[in-house]
Amino acid sequence: MWKAVVYVTVKEGVLDPEGQAVERALHSLGYGEASGVRVGKYIELTLDTADRDEAESRLKQMCEKLLTNPVVEDYRYELEVASS
Amino acid sequence: MKFAVLVFPGSSEAECVRAVEECTGEPAQCVWHIEEDLSSFDGVIIPGGFSYGDYVRPGAIASHAPVMKAVKKEAERGALILGIGNGFQILLESGLLPGALMRNTSLKFRSQWAEIVVENHRTPFTIDYEEKEAIRLPIAHGAGNYVCDEQTLASLKEQNRIVFRYAGENPNGSLDNIAGIVNEAGNVLGMMPHPERAVSKWLGSEDGKRLFTSILRTWREKHGVATTR
Amino acid sequence: MALQQPVKEPTAEQIAEQKIYREFGVTDEEYAKVCEFLGRKPNYTEIGVFSVMWSEHCSYKNSKPVLRKFPVTGPRVLVGPGEGAGIVDIGDGLAVAFKIESHNHPSAVEPFQGAATGVGGIIRDIFSMGARPIALLQSLRFGKLDNERVKYLFENVIAGAGSYANGIGVPTVGGEVMFDESYEGNPLVNVMCVGLIRHDRIQKGVAEGIGNPVFYVGPATGRDGIHGATFSSEELNEETEAKRPTVQVGDPFMEKLVMEACLELIEEGIVLGIQDMGAAGLTCSSSEMAAKAGNGMELYLDDVPQREANMTAYEMMLSESQERMLFVLEPQHEEKARAILKKWGLECHKVGKVTDDGRLKLFHHGQIVADMPVKALVDDSPVYHKPAKVPEYYVANANVDTTRYPETKEIGQALKKLLASPTIASKEWVYNQCDSTVGATTAVGPGSDAAVVLVPGTKKALAMTTDGNGRYVYLDPEVGGRIAVCEAARNIVCSGGEPLAVTDNLNFGSPENPEIFWQLEKAADGIADACRVLETPVIGGNVSLYNENLNGAIYPTPVIGMVGLVEDVNHITTQSFKSVGDVILLLGETKAELGGSEFQYVIHGCTEGRPPAIDLEVEKRLQQTVLQAIRDGRVRSAHDLSDGGLAVALAESCITGQLGAEIDLNTDLRADIALFSESQSRVLLSVAAEEAEALCKWIQEQGVPCAVIGRVSTDTLRVKVNGTVVMEEQVKELERIWKEAIPCLMN
Repeated sequence: MWKAVVYVTVKEGVLDPEGQAVERALHSLGYGEASGVRVGKYIELTLDTADRDEAESRLKQMCEKLLTNPVVEDYRYELEVASS
Repeated sequence: MKFAVLVFPGSSEAECVRAVEECTGEPAQCVWHIEEDLSSFDGVIIPGGFSYGDYVRPGAIASHAPVMKAVKKEAERGALILGIGNGFQILLESGLLPGALMRNTSLKFRSQWAEIVVENHRTPFTIDYEEKEAIRLPIAHGAGNYVCDEQTLASLKEQNRIVFRYAGENPNGSLDNIAGIVNEAGNVLGMMPHPERAVSKWLGSEDGKRLFTSILRTWREKHGVATTR
Repeated sequence: MALQQPVKEPTAEQIAEQKIYREFGVTDEEYAKVCEFLGRKPNYTEIGVFSVMWSEHCSYKNSKPVLRKFPVTGPRVLVGPGEGAGIVDIGDGLAVAFKIESHNHPSAVEPFQGAATGVGGIIRDIFSMGARPIALLQSLRFGKLDNERVKYLFENVIAGAGSYANGIGVPTVGGEVMFDESYEGNPLVNVMCVGLIRHDRIQKGVAEGIGNPVFYVGPATGRDGIHGATFSSEELNEETEAKRPTVQVGDPFMEKLVMEACLELIEEGIVLGIQDMGAAGLTCSSSEMAAKAGNGMELYLDDVPQREANMTAYEMMLSESQERMLFVLEPQHEEKARAILKKWGLECHKVGKVTDDGRLKLFHHGQIVADMPVKALVDDSPVYHKPAKVPEYYVANANVDTTRYPETKEIGQALKKLLASPTIASKEWVYNQCDSTVGATTAVGPGSDAAVVLVPGTKKALAMTTDGNGRYVYLDPEVGGRIAVCEAARNIVCSGGEPLAVTDNLNFGSPENPEIFWQLEKAADGIADACRVLETPVIGGNVSLYNENLNGAIYPTPVIGMVGLVEDVNHITTQSFKSVGDVILLLGETKAELGGSEFQYVIHGCTEGRPPAIDLEVEKRLQQTVLQAIRDGRVRSAHDLSDGGLAVALAESCITGQLGAEIDLNTDLRADIALFSESQSRVLLSVAAEEAEALCKWIQEQGVPCAVIGRVSTDTLRVKVNGTVVMEEQVKELERIWKEAIPCLMN
């Protein structure tokens, strides 16, 4: 069993209105040092596959097919042995 | 002419069915998302709503439903496909139209009347409108902010595929004020405004009616059916 | 009988000795009564079940004597109070189901989810009757929009209610939002849902047929919202912050599936009884369904789908997990039902059966864990007639002369201040976040006197509104109660509808306080009188008590939800002026009445004196006259005069019509009083010039005062009083102020 976490963010270069709103809010709260805020999604799941390679290739498919929209989103993931 | 109105869990299909029947006098049938064959229909409408609760991304889960394979097949065959609101999102997610819809720049859902310009009145969906006609349609969406890369935008413009634009205030921040686009072949239209909610004076506007009559006229002309209306 | 006792929970003996029942809000007397009904001491599960069933929220134990005052019958009433929603006949074999419900306390603690689940709950009430929800209205009250907490609550209540309504695809067509310090920390979130139904599809929440299976549909039960019903029957205080976990999370997508599936089951004609699991969840739905049929019910809790591990009987019975329904079928229809639910991606679980012994019996882990008489839970809950006392403020207010304020000479400035007051300002910021056009039946959306929704397949439409002015009710509960009903009806009439019936939401402070109970009683008297005279019976509603903050009780705020029938869509009328040259008529009599007015609050910074007087017969005559004129096709626009009086009504008709007006008023009153008084039973009409004289005469013949006060013009609102110009403002400028007020405060 593999535990995967997927981080989805708006692609570099694509306007991220939510990130901008959060950045403005942080500034108004006195955190002027904050910049480059991007808001994304965090998805976790477990995979029941024979080995890590298979888990990884299946996870990539999931990301590209459903979990992200490649037109506007980027993703990265972490994969580790599930501690059950 | 026979219309299919697709139904996913979370769709708001009733108003599309009513609008088609009232505006064209032709039958519209609800088609459940697991259907794999749409060949008996002449036109397909993907209605608004919140298919699958907008979870993951609006339209993302619906774009993988079995019926969408059939929609692709019909699109290739040249059938007229119309996606409204969530239906537009589904068409983008399934790759039938280019680009993506992101959250409105206000980060808020927007429900209001929008002033729209018919930028291309020569598509199968707009032949009953005038050139550059200003129309009024309701919008109601949280993710209508159309984006695409520069190349795509250039080809949309060049091929005159931007069918509708917001006039005046842009309610969602969409690129180049885009409110609706067609595919290269011109038979797949996606739009955020809701023509099916503007089909009688009692609803505040009749401007949506001619979108449905355009579809019917296109079909009749193509099939040589005498226009009796 | 030896009842199985789960570990950890206190025993029946400990509950008695340590008076643990008090933690559930059960008094010593009530506990003794429970023991009497059971013939023994209740265990933990049983006292939990009794405590929610006997809470004010479920039993109306404090408000029952008050609710009995309301007229509840009428020739059109098909279902009155006591069911999920009341139902009224609208002809053609169709009926309208509607109800209003509050989610004040959950929204004070977690505004987004509190408001969202409030919307979800009231929609379930409507579709559990078999009706398809077609419209929502929100009646909201917040503190003054000048501090971050109030803004946070306002922003998130709107976002939460909107997201649920939008997600399930029911249009939000109207409602009202008012702001006053009184509601700080204890906002009012009342949501009304209206549904359409065929007479032969009306469902009731009854567990019919001994031996029939009881099914559960919807998501699994978790520990969320346990004791929500008792929570909403308590005052809010600092401790309630710590009770945050009791707020449930809503899932509009799940509810959409449950709704479509239930409506399909009902359309199949196989459902014997259906009820939603709202407040007090499984407890309330099971015992009420059994009680209404005069039967009993057994529940097998091991078969209840559970989201969390090791849930106890107590937790399952009291959970308020959302979007769940309970229904009863004949066994032979089970397969059909399963197939329909499966189509919608849902499962149903057989969790019990109908019995003939009148008892609610719960089984868990093979043991009986609770055994209670259903009648004791539902019908024999205690009823208290609390003591009432006339408050001192009420006595003192009798001597306040509300005309003593120095005259406001700058009428234009005062009008602008009122238009910028969030209570009067455009609520576009609110309703633009809620889909008002989904379903394509909205003829008149938010921002008008009443919303109007078409009835497809007929030439009819339904007008609907919510109204309730807490300041009036505070100053004089009886008069305020009457005004709430009259204003709602006047709004319906101005939109071209005939008022049909009422659903009420009584938002008050703690009934333990005799002065608050007096407010409740008097307000109910006022509502009852007005409903009788206007022939609009109360077909259901909700009571929300214990609405208090650190400064004491909120203004007593009964909210009246009303639905009216527009016989012909051609009668639909709006408040906006239509064309230049139309003549403006003012119906009704303007008196020096500033008590409780928005003018008094905004310009003079107080709420005092007596509210405007109201004569119910005069009101009825006015409404009948206006409706007749509309039906005869003689009216271009109609607008009820309310908050801000004549000046604000004129401004609103100008702004929404993008036109101006030339007004020439002759009056014995001071100009500011004439223009801002909130005298009742007044309506502003605009009519075609050639029609004006005859119509004015006809109206007067009906016994309704009527005066020509001006004409519709192009772009300026100019008002003369007794020949002197007292204000002249560009409508564009008034519109800007009116529209920008709330967005400015929120940015």
